[in-house]
Amino acid sequence: MSLRSRAARLRAQASAISRRPLFREGVREGMPMALGISAWGLVAGVAMAKSGMGVPMAIFMSVIVYAGSAQIAALPLIAAGAPIWVVWATTLCVSLRFMAFSFHYRPYFAHLPRPQRVALSFLMGDTNFALFIRRFPHWEPGIAHPDYFMGSALLTFGVWQVTIITGIIAGHAIPAAWGLGFAGTMALLALTCTQLRDSTSWVAAVVAAGAAVAAYALPLKLNIVVAIAAAVAVCVLADHARAARTGPRS
Amino acid sequence: MSALEIFVTAIGMAVIALLCRSSFLLPNEELPMPRWLREGLRYAPTAALAAVVMPELVMTQGHLIDTWRDARVFGALAGLAFYAWRRSLLWTILCGTGVMLALRFGLGW
Repeated sequence: MSLRSRAARLRAQASAISRRPLFREGVREGMPMALGISAWGLVAGVAMAKSGMGVPMAIFMSVIVYAGSAQIAALPLIAAGAPIWVVWATTLCVSLRFMAFSFHYRPYFAHLPRPQRVALSFLMGDTNFALFIRRFPHWEPGIAHPDYFMGSALLTFGVWQVTIITGIIAGHAIPAAWGLGFAGTMALLALTCTQLRDSTSWVAAVVAAGAAVAAYALPLKLNIVVAIAAAVAVCVLADHARAARTGPRS
Repeated sequence: MSALEIFVTAIGMAVIALLCRSSFLLPNEELPMPRWLREGLRYAPTAALAAVVMPELVMTQGHLIDTWRDARVFGALAGLAFYAWRRSLLWTILCGTGVMLALRFGLGW
């Protein structure tokens, strides 16, 4: 197949997907988040610019890693000339939460061929995960779940890349004192609220929040891992205690 | 780090992030998993979000804030109150950020 006909086919596919109702719904519901994402992307871009790694490297990293929190966590290590394995270990600790997202997406995406599953994986993020689970708490037959995911995930990807690259290039022209990154934090806070469906998820959030602060001094951003482990352990124990009290659930 | 080292570091980071994201989506067969883990993973995403957010709100330079006059805390509380009232993501973000900026630039907190 020639390059031109391949490009034409790709364009036709893209326009067909963008007309699907669930794709549009994903884009629409991703819009409010785009505000937080863009503020956060700008701040991350400025941080990358100030790390002194140079514009081309910063853009390269942003495009291929596409994980804001991992990039931010890696910056001081790279600037300080830490060993590469320390940067990788930190990236792993910050990215472990993606495994939980991956676990939850499996029933929705399992029917797709593996290359597509990997492509969708690349687009996973905190905001589109929370939106997706809010919209589809359970797998439903006959629903094109990936369409919704693509809508919010592609919007997030586009907005994030545009703003982080803007931040990288504009660099010092954007003072950090604007407190812009706070909009990103607020977006995550709002999303955390959407996940509080029952008393156990409240317990999970409170335990994790406390543990993440208490364990903040740990190296390699292990505090996130410790917080998730603590919250999961407490919730499983609480579920079991409740089941023992009220008799076994179905 | 040299440009080459940063290049290698970035590629490694990309691989690690993608492996974590695709971990449960890579295998074609369902993974055998103990029940307690399956149950526990239900709460992991909520815990992860809370664990990422909280230090951003109450810590500065790796230390817990030691003053109640911190614009972020009040911004977050305003946002939470707004969410409880209206359940709107957009307005929660705008309200929280607005209060934070007002306190920071208005009162210098």
